[in-house]
Amino acid sequence: MRLSFSASDPGLRRQIIGLALLAALLLVALPLGLDAFRLNLFGKYLCFAFVAIGLVLCWGMGGILSLGQGVFFGLGGYAMAMYLKLEASTPEATKIQSTPGIPDFMDWNQLKALPLWWEPFHSLPFTLIAIIALPVAFAFIIGTAMFRRRVGGVYFAIITQAIAAIATILIIGQQGYTGGVNGITDLRTLHGWDIRPDSARVTLYFVCAGLLLLAAVLALFVQRSKLGRILIAMRDQEDRVRFSGYDVAAFKTFVFCLGAVFASVGGAMFTLQVGFMSPTIVGIVPSIEMVIFCAVGGRLSVIGAVYGALLVNLARTSFSESFPELWLFGLGALFIAVVMAFPSGLAGVWVERIEPLLARLLRRKTTTPADPNAPEAPEPAPLTRDAAGRRPGAATLNALSTNPLPATPMTDAAARAAL
Amino acid sequence: MFGEYSLSELASIFAMQGFSGLILFSVFVLMALGLAIIYGQMGVINMAHGEFMILGAYVTYLVSRAFGELPHALFNVYFPVAMVAAFLVAGALGAFVEWALIRRLYRRPLDTLLATWGLSLILQQLYRTIFGAREVGVTMPEWMMGSLKLSDTIEVPINGILVMGIAVAISIAVGVMMHRSSWGRQVRAVVQNRTMAGAVGIDTERTDRLTFAVGCGIAGVAGSAFTMIGSTGPSSGQLYIVDTFLVVVFGGAASLLGTIASAFTISQAQSILEFFLSGSMAKVLTLLTVVGILMLRPQGLFALKLRK
Repeated sequence: MRLSFSASDPGLRRQIIGLALLAALLLVALPLGLDAFRLNLFGKYLCFAFVAIGLVLCWGMGGILSLGQGVFFGLGGYAMAMYLKLEASTPEATKIQSTPGIPDFMDWNQLKALPLWWEPFHSLPFTLIAIIALPVAFAFIIGTAMFRRRVGGVYFAIITQAIAAIATILIIGQQGYTGGVNGITDLRTLHGWDIRPDSARVTLYFVCAGLLLLAAVLALFVQRSKLGRILIAMRDQEDRVRFSGYDVAAFKTFVFCLGAVFASVGGAMFTLQVGFMSPTIVGIVPSIEMVIFCAVGGRLSVIGAVYGALLVNLARTSFSESFPELWLFGLGALFIAVVMAFPSGLAGVWVERIEPLLARLLRRKTTTPADPNAPEAPEPAPLTRDAAGRRPGAATLNALSTNPLPATPMTDAAARAAL
Repeated sequence: MFGEYSLSELASIFAMQGFSGLILFSVFVLMALGLAIIYGQMGVINMAHGEFMILGAYVTYLVSRAFGELPHALFNVYFPVAMVAAFLVAGALGAFVEWALIRRLYRRPLDTLLATWGLSLILQQLYRTIFGAREVGVTMPEWMMGSLKLSDTIEVPINGILVMGIAVAISIAVGVMMHRSSWGRQVRAVVQNRTMAGAVGIDTERTDRLTFAVGCGIAGVAGSAFTMIGSTGPSSGQLYIVDTFLVVVFGGAASLLGTIASAFTISQAQSILEFFLSGSMAKVLTLLTVVGILMLRPQGLFALKLRK
């Protein structure tokens, strides 16, 4: 994999600055400005940002729209929840049950012993490996089966949505093994460390933010590498890439697996921070909402996707606190608006509208004072613009990919190939 | 599995489950026909399809309330009126949606999917605001209730038979429209080659709008028929959407016959499994099998042989 690094590359500079501002926001500004409760809430939003980053790679770059990301989110979340639940269900803590030592919901459902497939989740290393390996294996099976048969686009979206539906029905139906519709609740300690007090929640927030930044770096690396170029080429002209000798299915499967891992890590962090996992975060509706986080941020922008997840979730919390009636109208309108009017999302709005505007304003300021013969004003560096007093959140959206969205988004080529 | 039942009991079980499977089959056919036209013929993903069905159900509910004010004799025949009204209202909304949203997105099918999902959220909230969050049911005329006793152990409900009748009638109507009318010929021509269809004088934009409207109208009729066997809530539509898409895709997207065959297979498998397993496991097994088959055979049961 050859990287096109060069010091004068404006795209790279932009991405590094965007990443630095995001890190400043997540690691400094939010922890300083928010109390532990609100910070925990933002930690929860960040979990969805993992999924959104994965979708930028799969959907924005690769043209693979998965409506089943909730399943991968759930895989990671449930793996973590099973480990935590087993740790919470010691024989002493559960001695009032008819079978002590098994999770409470199993006892309520008349199970007499721990199911065999729960046993490995006693081990933390196994759980951590499972959080990575399970989604990869699952995504690999789905990806290989579908992409080898040259299926993609809309068809892939429908199948992944069906998988999300199946997962929810299965989890709800098998409540003796999965906790049913309530999910796995009452989680207490991670390897002996209590995750419930505020101090632990703050620590978990930092772990989550750190992992998210790591994921963003990884995604940006993929985006800038030759792999990223091939993904975009495949999205726009799949046959041409195939005829050039590339194994299209292998690239698609890889990026789908990567997106699945991101979602799964997000799910595991969700369980740790929220303290439960339930099928309501796995099904069709949450899965498709994860797509809108990505679309709002900008389907081609890794860093935009993080802001998309934060903003949409923040809007949901504040709307459903004050106007629960309006939230669905707002969300529906958001879906339509982002598709019809802003196909490249917030990142696109930033690059196309706000950045030129700022550049014009700054240029006027720097050139009017004295010297009319001053040389062309240089491209203003985003940091100086941020010093001009804008929200740090909005300022980092400029970390767009090096490939701005073409006028007609290009998802149709892949979809046509499917039908 | 079968050990504890006697032979005649087994026969009755299969007959009864087969019949409830037939009702499920009719439901699936009704749901899927509209989508088979919109997705199968136009290639448009309409995630709000379930909400168009619910619209038909609510129209039926309103008509039944209106007829409740009229003399009793008229109440017996409100159903046909309600179905026509449901077709017209859902069709009109469909034409509007095509004009406002869909026609701008024909080249971006994945975006259509997201936009129509947004539409479905808005419609759901609209229903909730207008009709309340609780489910509503229609009052049925007396002749539509009760059941027919075929033998000592086998009984079939009348409303189930009616739903089946409606499904058959609409399937035939759609088949005739698609293959005998000039509209059907135009739709098929536009699907096969849009540019050439336009060149020989077919108004492709009008054809698209009409096709989308008819598909939505059929969804409305389906919703109207569903009021006979269940109540309607603002978010009932979302329950149907996965089943409906799977039926259409499994049948082979462009084939009406395939849609009917796949609706039959899926519904029979599910309702027979339901007797021996819990309802949710029957559903999971059926859907898993369908998804598995689709992964191996993406073109579905009945694929059109087309050179692309």
